[in-house]
Amino acid sequence: MTRSIGVRALVLSLVILAIFLAAWHVAVSGGGGGGQAVDPEYARLVGAAAATGGQTPMPGPIDVGKAIWKHMSDPFYVRGTNDMGIGIQLAYSLARVLLGFGIAVAVAVPLGFLIGMSPLVYRALDPFIQVMKPISPLAWMPLALYTIKDSALSSIFVIFICSLWPMLINTAFGVASVRKDWLNVARTLEVGPVRKAFTVILPAAAPTILTGMRISVGIAWLVIVAAEMLVGGTGIGYFVWNQWNNLSLTDIITAILLIGLVGMVLDQILARLTRLVTYPE
Amino acid sequence: MARSYISIEGIARRFPAPEGGRTTIFEDLWFAMERGEFVCVIGHSGCGKTTVLNILAGLDEPSEGAVIIDGKAIEGPSLDRAVIFQSHGLLPWRTVLGNVSYAVSSKWRDWPKAKVEDHARKAIATVGLTGAEMKKPAQLSGGMKQRVGIARALSIEPKIMLMDEPFSALDALTRGTLQDEVRGICRNTGQTVFMITHDVDEAIYLADKIVLMTNGPDARIAEIVTNPLPADRSRNEVHKHPAYYPLRNHIIDFLVARSRSFAEELAQPGKVWNRRAPPIVTPGTPDTPPPLVRAV
Ligand SMILES: Nc1ncnc2c1ncn2[C@@H]1O[C@H](COP(=O)(O)OP(=O)(O)OP(=O)(O)O)[C@@H](O)[C@H]1O
Ligand SMILES: [Mg+2]
Repeated sequence: MTRSIGVRALVLSLVILAIFLAAWHVAVSGGGGGGQAVDPEYARLVGAAAATGGQTPMPGPIDVGKAIWKHMSDPFYVRGTNDMGIGIQLAYSLARVLLGFGIAVAVAVPLGFLIGMSPLVYRALDPFIQVMKPISPLAWMPLALYTIKDSALSSIFVIFICSLWPMLINTAFGVASVRKDWLNVARTLEVGPVRKAFTVILPAAAPTILTGMRISVGIAWLVIVAAEMLVGGTGIGYFVWNQWNNLSLTDIITAILLIGLVGMVLDQILARLTRLVTYPE
Repeated sequence: MARSYISIEGIARRFPAPEGGRTTIFEDLWFAMERGEFVCVIGHSGCGKTTVLNILAGLDEPSEGAVIIDGKAIEGPSLDRAVIFQSHGLLPWRTVLGNVSYAVSSKWRDWPKAKVEDHARKAIATVGLTGAEMKKPAQLSGGMKQRVGIARALSIEPKIMLMDEPFSALDALTRGTLQDEVRGICRNTGQTVFMITHDVDEAIYLADKIVLMTNGPDARIAEIVTNPLPADRSRNEVHKHPAYYPLRNHIIDFLVARSRSFAEELAQPGKVWNRRAPPIVTPGTPDTPPPLVRAV
């Protein structure tokens, strides 16, 4: 039964995809020569490209397919600062996310432990965390650029700051809500504080901590695209912005698809890890 | 007078009351246990049994008074006192072997892993769980989990076992088997046992002494009942002993009526009762020794 529902879901997914692609194809090939006047706002946004190239038609699925094929057959070329393979751009973004996220893990988990272990610290830091948490990470960008004076480091900082809060909150919560029974077991066995932290608190809080990491990595991947659009240079976000300036919609759609796929893979990795440390009660 | 092995000396426990002030769960509680004794505590829910056990375990501190074990006041938990928790308290991410090994390696910190596991396996075999070593607690039945808790407690070779309703969540058959096992093990190893129970027959079968606690707040030890049944009693024979029904009726009468109205009982003229030495009674024997001091 489960197997057949899996198969049926897959078939349905393929049908939906096919309908979507067909509709897309018909929509873009139908009213081809629209020839409506260019919106002045749009012209201003598009800038030079629009002025010279006029109207670019919306690409159909076949054009995008070709573009994907082109990118995938040579993802890692470098022909200059503004012309690098999409694989290289993705790698830049991933590296920034992993670096910022990694530093955030290194800070949030030990700090969250401390906060969770001490009700006093928990209460004292709570107002700060509550204020910092809802700040859009991009709002930090000007401050980062001003203090760090390096666009690459600034985007890593922005990733760090946006990954920090979910992990910090989840770690503190996970540590604070370890069952009293389990702590009492450690106490009656005269287990020292360090051993207790690693053998009772960490395994007990691990699922909550990893859930925090999963939320963080998702946010980080959302934010990196916006951050790179802002600071430019390299990365998939910059690639999207650059292709917008080139009015290359096929490249933009390709990039959008890849961003989604990479985000999904990151999420799945963390989901696997979470499942690994989850214990049934 | 020489001190008993375990001596509870005037302990009190108060909690902040929700409406301000403090609720006294019990105060000025005195009680003593000898080495190798099996003591069961019976009392209604909420009277403070677990609180007393936690104080004995060193997990909780009395607001007043002290508990002296073997001449030393309790200062926190100790590996000499094993606790069997009401909710079994197994670590769900560890296997059966992992849970017991954790206790063994906590007691003997310099033992190599193989020796620890070997010792743990022996404890697991004692409670009849051989073959389930690699299972996680979630894969075990309630009775099996309780056995792992017992194996863990036994594995550290404690001097005192503190058990909080260890069998209450089990079906009658499993409970009987486990009672037999625990009784056998404790008698063979000369354990001193402090056990909480709600089950009158369990107390009669297992205990040398049964402590009757009145309802809280301000719970008291009303009486200490000594068990007249022979020490080598068997489960199927206890109810044939002439002292069985007097004993059982005495305890049930306490639970049904006297535990609630003990304050009125104390107020009766001529009643003598002393907190420091609660009367020791042996139902079913003609002359229960008269209490010594007037009620205070
Ligand atoms: N942390 C606490 N704060 C306030 N009151 C508490 C606390 N712990 C226990 N109490 C109160 O102390 C009383 C005794 O609790 P305890 O757990 O010792 O009861 P018990 O005799 O073990 O009951 P049961 O048979 O239901 O397990 C209860 O009335 C309970 O409400
Ligand atoms: Mg209790």
